[in-house]
Amino acid sequence: MKYEQFPDNRGHFGPYGGRFVAETLMEPLRLLEQAYEQFKADPKFQQQLDYDLKHYVGRPSPLYFAERMTRAWGGARIWLKREDLNHTGAHKVNNTVGQALLAKHLGKTRIIAETGAGQHGVASATIAARLGLKCVVYMGADDVERQSPNVYRMKLLGATVVPVTSGTRTLKDALNEAMRDWVTNVDDTFYVIGTAAGPHPYPMLVRDFNSVVGRELLWQSREQIGRLPDALVACVGGGSNAIGMFHPFIEHDGVRMIGVEAGGDGIETGRHAAPLSAGKPGVLHGNRTYIMADENGQIQGTHSISAGLDYPGVGPEHSWLKDLGRVEYTAINDDEALAAFHECSRIEGIIPALEPAHALAYAKKLAPTMSADQNIVINLSGRGDKDIFTVARVEGITLT
Amino acid sequence: MSRIASCLAAVKSQGRKALIPYITAGDPHPRDTVSLMRALVDGGADIIELGVPFSDPMADGPVIQLACERALVHGTSLRQILGMVREFRESDTKTPIVLMGYLNPIEHIGVAAFADEARSSGVDGVLIVDLAIEEAADFSSPLRAAGIDLIFLLAPTSPPERIQAVAAQASGYLYYVSVKGVTGSSKLDVSDVETKLQQIRRYTDLPLAVGFGIRDAESAALVARVADGVIVGSALVTEIDKHQAQPEVLPGLLREKLGAMRQAMDNEGRLS
Repeated sequence: MKYEQFPDNRGHFGPYGGRFVAETLMEPLRLLEQAYEQFKADPKFQQQLDYDLKHYVGRPSPLYFAERMTRAWGGARIWLKREDLNHTGAHKVNNTVGQALLAKHLGKTRIIAETGAGQHGVASATIAARLGLKCVVYMGADDVERQSPNVYRMKLLGATVVPVTSGTRTLKDALNEAMRDWVTNVDDTFYVIGTAAGPHPYPMLVRDFNSVVGRELLWQSREQIGRLPDALVACVGGGSNAIGMFHPFIEHDGVRMIGVEAGGDGIETGRHAAPLSAGKPGVLHGNRTYIMADENGQIQGTHSISAGLDYPGVGPEHSWLKDLGRVEYTAINDDEALAAFHECSRIEGIIPALEPAHALAYAKKLAPTMSADQNIVINLSGRGDKDIFTVARVEGITLT
Repeated sequence: MSRIASCLAAVKSQGRKALIPYITAGDPHPRDTVSLMRALVDGGADIIELGVPFSDPMADGPVIQLACERALVHGTSLRQILGMVREFRESDTKTPIVLMGYLNPIEHIGVAAFADEARSSGVDGVLIVDLAIEEAADFSSPLRAAGIDLIFLLAPTSPPERIQAVAAQASGYLYYVSVKGVTGSSKLDVSDVETKLQQIRRYTDLPLAVGFGIRDAESAALVARVADGVIVGSALVTEIDKHQAQPEVLPGLLREKLGAMRQAMDNEGRLS
């Protein structure tokens, strides 16, 4: 099978993906798909994108050998793909730079975005400021509270942050509200979706823009390791950082890939955000994918210490890769992620975001099962400055 | 001919326009729904759209979002709703019932099982908001085999080729979404609606019902001038919201509110 040919022309990854939205959005989505196909084939667009990624985002991001971590964990050598060093501090900006160019090309004057941890909101507000576009960010009211530094950053960048109080007051509800805004203002508004989910063409678009991570890693690992890594590990909420790193490696059968979901209090407690580990296929937010739903098909509330992973669905390509067995999916609990957050900070001098702390925690289990001449690359998808208040609160420390 | 088709044919032959109210099943409480449905019939409903509540109603404005939340607090499930339709059918075998909702709760039961149970409960049509024709193949055949009409939406953004393709898949009636936006929106422009309906009529003989943004008797009458049917949802659900603590007054209120629309639409018909 040629993975590169997916999604098919109806936006399907096997049985997943597709376009499950109300009629009003069907034509705008078709036009977006068409514009993207033109853009992809246009060398001028690619040049502009490359320029922005290099000079504005600061790419390529380093592939860093974590020597002390390697020694501490024993077994395989640990490498970190440093997406935390991007402008705005996470991988999210790779995607917003691309989508904002599309928005400009389509003549839109206003962009909207949903955000969980606030990283995608910040990345959207940033690019809107740079391109002179109006920006409205929808954020679950609970997330507004637990990610206040990012809320303030968005405001500094000139964006309007709208707290969403419906439903479970988290990322899924922010996405609902952004969709409602889009359907109402579709003439002048571009919806910058932040994760590799949503209706076609978004999962493809977000994957393609984030694939710069995996493409860099291909040449960096040949250059620095001398060959391709043995295993790639990335956290999966909606799954944009993971699919960005995995996608260019899918055809390389020798490379193991592991996606790490948020286990929350533990899969067995039901308080988690791990649809691939414990959910089943359904339809949410415009695509068919693994979701967390109750016995009546209602979407369930999720739990994770990490706002960016606190989502009951996942990008459709991950669902497909799971069924095909090409990518393994597992879960890491809150307490294990927290421990990895501290360990990475202390051992390597890098404060990771709580999202990739899940990937770090899994790699810690994986490394000792491998030999010293093998290599694991972890996508360090964001930095942890935004999380210091959350971590302090969990540990009973008051910051002023 | 399906119950929907014969109902709409009769309405047409009487020189009237169809009045199609929407309420969310289970709102404010599952025990109220059947009596509210009967009140709608008394108020002049030709067809009833019964909403299936969903946790993530992406196409709905705040009024129906809250209705979904109220219904879900009481655990309203799709199977329970089929039970409500069955109970309604004990005293009314004439008024067509259309279930309106989102795909996931239906898919959870399984489309074949759902089609069977819906038919035996007395459901006549199904409108799945987030199911466009491109993804509908697996649903249309079991529903069609069960004699259930699959109602599709058309929107201001639907270009001619889509209108044609949607019309070819639809039966019962077509639901024209009058504005770009969510349910309960207030931007309704009747002349825009009229222009688009004329365009749609070039491709289909199906009755065209118009919904989203019809708030009162006046706007119902205006839309009735250009459409075959008028769908009213948020305006009724707002009443349910306001009086949720006194469900005993709701049947009377809905009957009255809908009755005023009925009268305005029928007067409009006589004038034109």
